[in-house]
Amino acid sequence: MQAYIARRLLALIPTLFFASVIVFVTVRLIPGDIIDLMLSSNDISAGKLSRDQLEAALGLDQPMYSQYFRWIGAILIHGDFGKSLWQNAPVAEQLLMRLPITFELGFLALLVALAVAIPIGVYSAIRQDTAGDYIARSFSILMLAVPSFWMGTMVMVFPSIWWGWSPDVKFVHFTQDPLRNLGQMAIPAVILGCALSAVTMRLTRTMMLEVLRQDYVRTAWAKGLDERLVVTRHALRNALIPVVTLIGLQAPLLIGGAVILEQIFVIPGMGLLLLEAVSQRDYPIITGVFLIVGVAVMLINLLVDLSYGVLDPKVRYR
Amino acid sequence: MDSLPEPSTGAPRLAGAPLLQVRDLVTTFRTDRGKVVAVDRVSFDVAAGETVAIVGESGSGKSVTALSILRLIPNPPGRIEQGEVLFEGRDLLKLDDASIRAVRGDSIAMIFQEPMSSLNPALTVGMQVAEPINLHRKRSWTAAFARARDLLSKVSIPDAGSRLGSYPHQFSGGMRQRVMIAMALACDPKLIIADEPTTALDVTVQAQILALLKQLTRESKSALILITHDLGVVARYADRVVVMYGGRIVETAPAADLYAKPRHPYTRGLMASIPRLDGETGSRLVPIEGQPPDLANLPPGCAFAPRCKHVSERCRAALPPLEAVGARHYRACFHDA
Repeated sequence: MQAYIARRLLALIPTLFFASVIVFVTVRLIPGDIIDLMLSSNDISAGKLSRDQLEAALGLDQPMYSQYFRWIGAILIHGDFGKSLWQNAPVAEQLLMRLPITFELGFLALLVALAVAIPIGVYSAIRQDTAGDYIARSFSILMLAVPSFWMGTMVMVFPSIWWGWSPDVKFVHFTQDPLRNLGQMAIPAVILGCALSAVTMRLTRTMMLEVLRQDYVRTAWAKGLDERLVVTRHALRNALIPVVTLIGLQAPLLIGGAVILEQIFVIPGMGLLLLEAVSQRDYPIITGVFLIVGVAVMLINLLVDLSYGVLDPKVRYR
Repeated sequence: MDSLPEPSTGAPRLAGAPLLQVRDLVTTFRTDRGKVVAVDRVSFDVAAGETVAIVGESGSGKSVTALSILRLIPNPPGRIEQGEVLFEGRDLLKLDDASIRAVRGDSIAMIFQEPMSSLNPALTVGMQVAEPINLHRKRSWTAAFARARDLLSKVSIPDAGSRLGSYPHQFSGGMRQRVMIAMALACDPKLIIADEPTTALDVTVQAQILALLKQLTRESKSALILITHDLGVVARYADRVVVMYGGRIVETAPAADLYAKPRHPYTRGLMASIPRLDGETGSRLVPIEGQPPDLANLPPGCAFAPRCKHVSERCRAALPPLEAVGARHYRACFHDA
């Protein structure tokens, strides 16, 4: 098991190398580079400098490969993600501040997604083709069809028109006031969670239907177990194996969705940071965020693979 | 109901009534091609401690009959339309859900055909054998596991104590069927229904499993319904035989009688199609011509008529009733043979 984890972690290195190269190169290929932005922004200090001087000052005059190796070297050796080209503040500091917020939102959304998807998926399967099943399936299609940014906007707009209510604009950290923080996170987490729950619910339902037809489920009935035990003890565990895979595959969607909802609900997470950085072509921040997101997605998928061993006794890690 | 088979007298009996009485059981399935009557007015008895074999080809309704007894027919598409299944005097078909669950796995246990897929791959063998004990006997898991260990050694699984924590995929097919038997025996059932318990196993293992099943049911004085398509199995293990064709019983008799004097053309055909060591050397095996009946499209008369050598107009027009032709020997045929 340890050997397996160690090997999987080692295998992350080449993947991360390619990911970092792609990220590093593509952000620099976005039309309209930072120099143009700085020169056109009437920045007092920038206004006095020429294009070449600016490039040299930001280290952008070097060939791209040498920029890359300087950047990746600093990360590997000092854990230094460089400095923001605009604020001159360390990127690592920013990431450290923003990361927990986005992960909190993602985690809460995942909890909502599972809390909605698994019970409804199971219910829908054991009451196949009843009214409840149809309602649950319609709900899931609706959630799949309604984009979360639209949902978010509606939640911002209509309650304020009807009841004069609007979400807090001032963000409170979890460590400052957990309850208020959760209150602020709840709405975006529910919106994001419901959007993600649609596919998970449908897969849970399909897998449950499949498993409920298996011979060992008939054996469970023949033993005299009631429906609750047949479902929870004998069927659910076997049905969840592919569902867990899906959750791993949804990790990037979760982070992507968080980026959009952070923007709508003014939550100062990584998403908001990324959005600002992209519009300002703040390369070190963009690459830093992408690198962290990449590592997170890969680690989540490692966790998913490890969870197979818990769910399926046939899986052995060697 | 003068044509019903009487209970066997060769086996010990409860005061008067047999342990299980199946009366006029009708089970249907909804299919794309309309309603299919898989079991049509089937009646038979099983006395306490008796072994009754239900014999027939695939599609003859033997498995559906077995599943109907414990109401394990998936509904939809299946439905038990009419009949009675009297077990110790109670009609199992009229019990509420909780009461039928209390019977399943406790006084009536089932063993299924496919030991590969009939055990849950995600649960340990110990857990699966202990489960009915925990459920029906209200014993703690620790006590139930201790009993499971005894049961596993009873079905000759070596090193039973350490195998409790193993998973089904770590066992061979024969071993898994032993586990299924241990599971069925868990609550000392009065009746075990074994639905083709050896069909999926190697020939060498088949005999071991059947001998084990027979020995254990004899020890525990359990009755056994053995569903099979193998007449060789029937000859060795059954007290009485029920032969099914096209969802109906065509002949029923004590095993020895049936072998000595099969009275239905279908039964005789079955006998002629199996090799016998004591048969005349050089005599050929005779297959039954034609195809098994299409249940969605049964003829109005005898279902076997299209394949029968003795067929007459009467057979095609009307359904022959089950009539006595000897002591506890019944058959459904118009022709004297």
